[in-house]
Amino acid sequence: MNQFRKTLRSAPPSAWFGMLVIAIYVLASIFAPWIAPFGEREVVGAEYLPWDDTYLLGTDNLGRDMLTRLIYGARNTVGIAFLTTALAFLLGSVTGLLAATVGGWLDQLLSRTVDVLMAIPALIFALLLLTIVGTSITNMILVIAVIDSTRVFRLARAVAMNIVVMDYIEAAKLRGEGLWRLITREILPNAMAPLVAEFGLRFCFVFLMISALSFLGLGIQPPTADWGSMVRDNATLITFGDITPLLPAGAIALLTVAVNFVVDWMLHRASGLKE
Amino acid sequence: MSENDKQTLLKIRGLRIEGRSDETWSEIVRGVDIDLRRGEVLGLIGESGAGKSTIGLAAMGFTRDGCRISGGEIEFDGIDLRATSEAQRRSLRGNRIAYVAQSAAASFNPAHRLIEQYAEGPVLHGVMSREQAHSDAIDLYRRMQLPNPDEIGFRYPHQVSGGQLQRAMTAMSMACRPDLIIFDEPTTALDVTTQIEVLAAIRNIVEQFDTAAIYITHDLAVVAQMADRIKVLLKGDEVEENDTRNMLARPVQEYTKSLWAVRSYQRQEQPLAGPGEVPVVSVANVTAAYGATPVLHDVSFAIHKRRTVAVVGESGSGKSTAARVITGLLPPQSGRVLFNGAPLPPGYRQRSKDQLRQAQMIYQMADTALNPRQRLRELIGRPAQFYLGLNGRALEERIRNLLDLIELEPDQYIDRLPSELSGGQKQRIGIARALAAEPQFIICDEVTSALDQLVAEGILKLLDRLQSEFDLAYMFITHDLATVKSIADEVVVMKEGRVVEAGSKSEMFTPPHDPYTELLLSSVPEMDPDWLDQLLDERARGGAGAAAASNS
Repeated sequence: MNQFRKTLRSAPPSAWFGMLVIAIYVLASIFAPWIAPFGEREVVGAEYLPWDDTYLLGTDNLGRDMLTRLIYGARNTVGIAFLTTALAFLLGSVTGLLAATVGGWLDQLLSRTVDVLMAIPALIFALLLLTIVGTSITNMILVIAVIDSTRVFRLARAVAMNIVVMDYIEAAKLRGEGLWRLITREILPNAMAPLVAEFGLRFCFVFLMISALSFLGLGIQPPTADWGSMVRDNATLITFGDITPLLPAGAIALLTVAVNFVVDWMLHRASGLKE
Repeated sequence: MSENDKQTLLKIRGLRIEGRSDETWSEIVRGVDIDLRRGEVLGLIGESGAGKSTIGLAAMGFTRDGCRISGGEIEFDGIDLRATSEAQRRSLRGNRIAYVAQSAAASFNPAHRLIEQYAEGPVLHGVMSREQAHSDAIDLYRRMQLPNPDEIGFRYPHQVSGGQLQRAMTAMSMACRPDLIIFDEPTTALDVTTQIEVLAAIRNIVEQFDTAAIYITHDLAVVAQMADRIKVLLKGDEVEENDTRNMLARPVQEYTKSLWAVRSYQRQEQPLAGPGEVPVVSVANVTAAYGATPVLHDVSFAIHKRRTVAVVGESGSGKSTAARVITGLLPPQSGRVLFNGAPLPPGYRQRSKDQLRQAQMIYQMADTALNPRQRLRELIGRPAQFYLGLNGRALEERIRNLLDLIELEPDQYIDRLPSELSGGQKQRIGIARALAAEPQFIICDEVTSALDQLVAEGILKLLDRLQSEFDLAYMFITHDLATVKSIADEVVVMKEGRVVEAGSKSEMFTPPHDPYTELLLSSVPEMDPDWLDQLLDERARGGAGAAAASNS
């Protein structure tokens, strides 16, 4: 615990900023029903009302409160992105570590499969799969998780490759340790730093991908609030020089920058530890 | 002496250098003075962390990242290196001061031919044109006694052997005919037999060009051959300085005496095994290969209870491969490994838990042999838990008991990570991990070669004590014959995958020898400053393993 506090204290201002922003997003998504002035799907006034005292950020194309939908959007977009990333990591790192540890034909099989999947551009592949399996939140999570797990697989395998040649792994093998113990106790703790850093980065990509899919109409379906579709729905306002439709885009950008600040700091620390 | 009237080339006064760690600066060199005259060789010796390399670099006005010179004067040929500009310092480096690094393999750029790297310095400093530099390189390669001097420079670094690379690097440092060369452990990474060639070549060329040199090493016997004067360092402080002969004959300080005494450690030789006794491990007619490359040819030897068998040879002789065959990492093509008379399955996967438990291994590099993310509790505790089923209180008890055995205070160390230990302590943990399995047989793979001599001696004594306490059989892989002398009962000499000679230690160290054994034995540097001259004389006359030397 002390160690943790010491680490926190050594964080640079950029990382502090990043952690602060992430904390605000997390709080907003957890306490959305209490913070938001109106209900998520509630039509509260005329369409495209300008900013005033009641509707702090105006209303959208159906007359729903913009601020409310922004806050609920955090819950949906961030929550789903987190779930998707976690799933992608579970899948990618388990197969990656397995491929590196077992090697041989299993490694060949997994690596070649991943190569094939990675050869198809991610967004187009996602669109294709979603049209086949149908658009629902569960399907979207699974599709993006599978596509992104290929990237995680490559990283986990590369990192583990450098670890499995160490003498302590040989010592563990000679001791007669099983595969599970080898991976979880001997390899994983040493691969953690790059994987955690990758988690942050991957989270941003997944997040952007969900927003992109929503913008294209295949992601999170209305009336659920989501930042990507919010940009699309209110895009007409841009023609009138109103910045309101750019607010969800700004929210996406801010979170991406914040996560990257934190990731940068973690990567820096991870590389520093290796000295 | 004539050296006295030569002018001073390098003058260092009260040099202080600080290093940065954990956000704070701490002093790593505390007020060292050096006087070096033209054509003189100064030996800097000390354990790791003594500040030898840092001082060597400071003599060029250079510090590594995370270090800074905090006080003192460095004057090279009348130029104050601390006050002068970086541009001026740069024009001196490589031109008038040169540096030869420990690992030539890591210091050469693998993408360029040797001779192009040779020419880089002289061309940059405007001393020679490229063509001149090339012909000069060939001349120096010849003087360094490199094979095919006309052609060798046009190879890439990976195409020449380690010893040749180190000589090429020394030749390169000579390119601008510097006044001062700093040799930072130039032979530490080499086999004893190659070390001789490099030492002779370095000494030869330093004499020919009357170059001053600072020779940094931790090996006393090497420095005795190379240096006119020796300075002993300990943790950034000077212990004492004297000319080589006086220093060797009459060390004044306690610390110096203890360094000198290390090589005299010799344990009692164990009694011979009885004729009927079944060896703990015996390797019978083993032939093994990595893929299509044969590595071991019909290798046989046996190791008895309470005895230490040292397996000696140069790198590539197959000694570590023999260990891999015994542990089952490399199943042999033919031949068997017997344990207490019963054959072991060839691959480790087919061996039972108990068979695995009986043969443990201690690795050369404790850094890579201990999982950096596990605490000592888990590192040592796991084998005890895994093999002997200890848990809870019994396990805790056993871990503490093991820490006591390796002379580390349990309360203080049990929850540490390997990164919080010194090199010698890490190696002790490696030993404790092997002991935790309660084996009958332990393979020690170069366990002391990465350690300082004093620390290594401690490890050897510990291994010796544990052997008599637990009736262990050791297979001791090493290339260092001094270690063999101090710990072995029997010696197996290997060369190119074959056993050249095998026998008890006393037999081994008394002639007549196999020519290769003789080459190995005669190549071990001795503390006598005239040793290298005598050896080279003798080899020129065809003695001291000269036959084997010309073969290799």
